[in-house]
Amino acid sequence: MSRTLYDLIGLAAGVAFILALKGLSHPKTARRGNLIGAFGATLATLVVFFYANPGSSLPLNNLAWILGAMLVGLTVGVPAARKVQMTQMPQLVALFNGVGGGAAALVAIVEYLHLGAEATTAEVVFTVFTVIVGCVSFSGSVITFLKLQELMTTRPVIFPAGRFIIAATLASVIGVGGWVVTALGTTPLLVLAALSLLFGVLFVLPVGGADVPIVISLLNAFTGLTVAASGYVLDSVLLIIAGTLVGASGTILTRLMAEAMGRSLFGTLFGAFTAKPQEATGSGEERPVRSGSPDDVAILLNYARRVVIVPGFGLAVAQAQHTVRELADMMIAKGIDVAYGIHPVAGRMPGHMNVLLAEANVPYEQLAEMDEVNPTFGQTDVAIVIGANDVVNPAAQTSPGCPIYGMPILEVNQAANIIFLKRSMRPGFAGIENELLYDPKTMLLFGDAKASLTKVVSALKAL
Amino acid sequence: MEPMAIVSIFVLAVFVGFEVVSKVSSTLHTPLMSGANAIHGVILVGAIIVADHSSTNLELGLAVAAIILATINMVGGFVVTDRMLEMFKGKKK
Repeated sequence: MSRTLYDLIGLAAGVAFILALKGLSHPKTARRGNLIGAFGATLATLVVFFYANPGSSLPLNNLAWILGAMLVGLTVGVPAARKVQMTQMPQLVALFNGVGGGAAALVAIVEYLHLGAEATTAEVVFTVFTVIVGCVSFSGSVITFLKLQELMTTRPVIFPAGRFIIAATLASVIGVGGWVVTALGTTPLLVLAALSLLFGVLFVLPVGGADVPIVISLLNAFTGLTVAASGYVLDSVLLIIAGTLVGASGTILTRLMAEAMGRSLFGTLFGAFTAKPQEATGSGEERPVRSGSPDDVAILLNYARRVVIVPGFGLAVAQAQHTVRELADMMIAKGIDVAYGIHPVAGRMPGHMNVLLAEANVPYEQLAEMDEVNPTFGQTDVAIVIGANDVVNPAAQTSPGCPIYGMPILEVNQAANIIFLKRSMRPGFAGIENELLYDPKTMLLFGDAKASLTKVVSALKAL
Repeated sequence: MEPMAIVSIFVLAVFVGFEVVSKVSSTLHTPLMSGANAIHGVILVGAIIVADHSSTNLELGLAVAAIILATINMVGGFVVTDRMLEMFKGKKK
């Protein structure tokens, strides 16, 4: 294959990626956009097999190794993506992003070893960049995975003199990077990789659970930039285009996500450096709560005129989307005005609840976004909060200094009655106590969301 | 390649990246992130190129690891994004 044809096909793949991102930005075209992206990636992967010796028909060196490795990747990646539970998708995306960053770092290291003394200064600088950012993305993503999977605490991890340790690590990463550029050699590069991995861990540890999706998005953009830098070293226009696209769109997306959660990007990333460890208010002391039975809930609902359902992560965990729809349909049949109040970041990823309720065929008109539903809580008789916590926590409006302060919330505290369906009194993902649970107009119904809702449905039927 | 050509490609791609996603509803944030994530899996192309270059066992070993990781990123990324978007189907009616 001639070099020109090879480059043209690479360009076509680049265009496919642009169309993919554009498609993914609109609900109607999103799925097609993803398929276009997959097509572009397949095209790029196929054509590289003709790269090695442009103009001749010789196959790649180490072909068996290459194909074998791809096969291993396929047998790991496809089943993981197919079988993952809806609730665990965010951490899988984090993991995929991490391995991408790791791959970029490895590619840079191999090319560095290969070029040896022949590498130009520019190539070494880009290699150093790729190794640093790729390693940070890898280890940082692993930490976000552990946080989302709840294999480690979801609260910000803040240790004494933490910011000095982080700053010192960053300084040494940059210092060793300079060393690699001036001294050249394998040892400095490996030291650089190790320090970068450490920095990735330290960088993500202080981030609180609720902010983790923003960090995943940022690391995603980082990985994009490493791919672009690899493209420079490997002389591949396609990698430059694809990597830059992801880097740029990822940065914008990170900002949009931060805005949806009412956070400044800077505050999310560096807030934990400055904030004092948050004392959970009122934890430790036993305070009375009012818990009710499914019958109590059914009676309350039966005589309501307007009910707002606020779904959260607990709904996803219990897979209760079909049951909640059954309950809503029943109330509508009784002439009750029902709406779902959807917080943009309810669940573990933006849009989680929309996806879940769409699966249960909940009519789109019944889903009300936060700005739409908030003014109506004053006229709402009952707000049912199903497995949500942080997104209705008034502390976000009233207590400056708490980790979610400033995040817009669903103002269920304005409703006449509040019902919380909860598994236990444990605080939400952000680890903050919710005052609303102790409010006299709140009734708690403990148990798995699906089991509780089923009981409420049958109680309501019996009335 | 000419440094100036590379800089031009880079700058233009930055602007295209900014433009295409500047207005996205929060519903699509996660699938979009996941799709972009799959796109950077195209580093697989780079991993294959360095595997072809490899002249020592160390280089080949690292390149093979890079290919495995990149394949997981790319293929897994597109599949999981498709699964997320599949859920939106019911809405079209």
